[in-house]
Amino acid sequence: MTSAVAAEGLRKRYGGGTTALDGFDLHAPAGGVYGLLGPNGAGKTTAVRALATLLTFDAGRAEVAGADVRRQPEVVRDRIALTGQYAAVDEILSGRQNLVLFGRLQHLGARDAQRRADELLEQFGLTEAKGRSAAEYSGGMRRRLDLAASMIRRPAVLFLDEPTTGLDPRSRNQVWDAVRALVAGGTTVLLTTQYLDEADQLAARIAVVDAGRVVAEGTPAQLKATIGADRLELVVEDAARLADAATVVAGLTGTTPDVDADQRRLRVPVTDRVGSLVATVRALQDAGIPVADAGLHRPTLDEVFLHLTGAAR
Amino acid sequence: MSLVTDQEQTPMRTKEAAGVTRHRGRAVADGWVMTGRYLRHVVRAPEEIVIYFSLPIMFVLVFGYVFGSGMQVPGGGGYREFLLPGVFVMTMLYGIGATATGIATDVGRGVVDRFRSMPMARSALMTGRAAADQFRAMLEIVVLLTCGLLVGWTWHRGIGDFVLAIGLLLLLRLALSWVGMFLGLVAPNPDTVATIVFPLAFPLSAVSNIFVAPELMPGWLGTVAAWNPISATTTAIRELFGNPGLGGDSWATQHALLLAVLWPIVLIAIFGPLAVGRYRSLGR
Repeated sequence: MTSAVAAEGLRKRYGGGTTALDGFDLHAPAGGVYGLLGPNGAGKTTAVRALATLLTFDAGRAEVAGADVRRQPEVVRDRIALTGQYAAVDEILSGRQNLVLFGRLQHLGARDAQRRADELLEQFGLTEAKGRSAAEYSGGMRRRLDLAASMIRRPAVLFLDEPTTGLDPRSRNQVWDAVRALVAGGTTVLLTTQYLDEADQLAARIAVVDAGRVVAEGTPAQLKATIGADRLELVVEDAARLADAATVVAGLTGTTPDVDADQRRLRVPVTDRVGSLVATVRALQDAGIPVADAGLHRPTLDEVFLHLTGAAR
Repeated sequence: MSLVTDQEQTPMRTKEAAGVTRHRGRAVADGWVMTGRYLRHVVRAPEEIVIYFSLPIMFVLVFGYVFGSGMQVPGGGGYREFLLPGVFVMTMLYGIGATATGIATDVGRGVVDRFRSMPMARSALMTGRAAADQFRAMLEIVVLLTCGLLVGWTWHRGIGDFVLAIGLLLLLRLALSWVGMFLGLVAPNPDTVATIVFPLAFPLSAVSNIFVAPELMPGWLGTVAAWNPISATTTAIRELFGNPGLGGDSWATQHALLLAVLWPIVLIAIFGPLAVGRYRSLGR
């Protein structure tokens, strides 16, 4: 199997009767960042916890880094690392003590654990704060410490569950840099996030999760293509000429545009992007209709997301 | 035939045995790392242990000097001589709070998730905590011994009995560690631990023979007090230290030493599996 993470038909029902996973299928190829997007309560975190051996599942099969999650959980644990929504570090211990502790628990010798801790502190810009309690760290520092702890032994698969939730933009960039560095070293990252721009920035492929299953999967470009082509947007100077403009645009593109009278705006899907833009603006000028604004609009992941998860509801 | 079979099986058995040994060795090593972690907590955040010390010291002062002046010990002898062994036991009892808070904090902060996603022995968190509690208890006992000697308490029997008394205190603390870990895992969050532990620990210390003879309590309450595990250890170490006791002719009092060994074992047998089961069910 070439997938770093593979799940087939995972089902998980909690004691209270909530079905968190309902036939969850996933194939994340080795290498790169694989994004898991979905609204709150879609089952992303349950899926991550099940794949990381923290949670048993009722049915289905999962394989992570070449080992069966149900039958060889200790082998899986040997090859993965997990950084959750809340920084999972010891608040009383110092940053360095945390890294040494986690190194020792991954069976590094005392000296190796200390050496690795110092390397990681340096790499994550925490050397100056290494003696301070993690409780005194800022949110961004704590998250970096958490990430560093996940990188003590380069994991084959790293689960990142909403790693930047609640971080300021600068700390977020630092986390992104760390993730990119890890991926460059050959680790596969399974990233869950609520921030679509984050998925767009980092992920080579994305699965959209809703109601406990994957409802769409592909590269960001493929996902955007599913909700249609690029659109041409035109704003006319004079509201009275809006209907005339619509006729001209329909004649040129072969599609009746959406008309927004309040905004004096026309919207129409196009395939020949710049060609359509130039031709339409020229045709409107020829017809004596003044154009206030014209532009091409590419669908965003937000639209994909709303389209996919809204429809399922 | 059977000989041949035995020979064939031998290498496999050896390999299995080696696997078990390696596994156990790892569990012990991981548990030890975890013990070190909890002991570092004591060094880095000493205010917590100071709070746990202040309570028994306050008990010694308040009961020894304020109430003690008006109390008569049945067998004769000073009230402080009578009181100190009970304060030792009470300090072990209130250690439940530290254990439960420690575990509940780990679970609440998500650090347990990290432990559970790592290739470490799953038992390490609990065995490490229990071992760290033993070290804490030794520290507490040293402080209390010093405090006791300062207020005029002492032990009157041989070193063997003294060591046995300390051993009984540590055994009780070991049992209470498992009770504390279970409570810490049951508590919805670290802040609620105190509201669970105090209503449990306070009656256990009050309805015992630490302060008052069970014979002086109303019938059924006296029976509860006489059979209370806290009373068993208290009576046993009063005897072993050679401090004045309450006497009494109930079976529980007559066999206090036996009960002081049995009760902790029973508590471990009940709360050990409960705590482990609860820890496992974090993954359900």
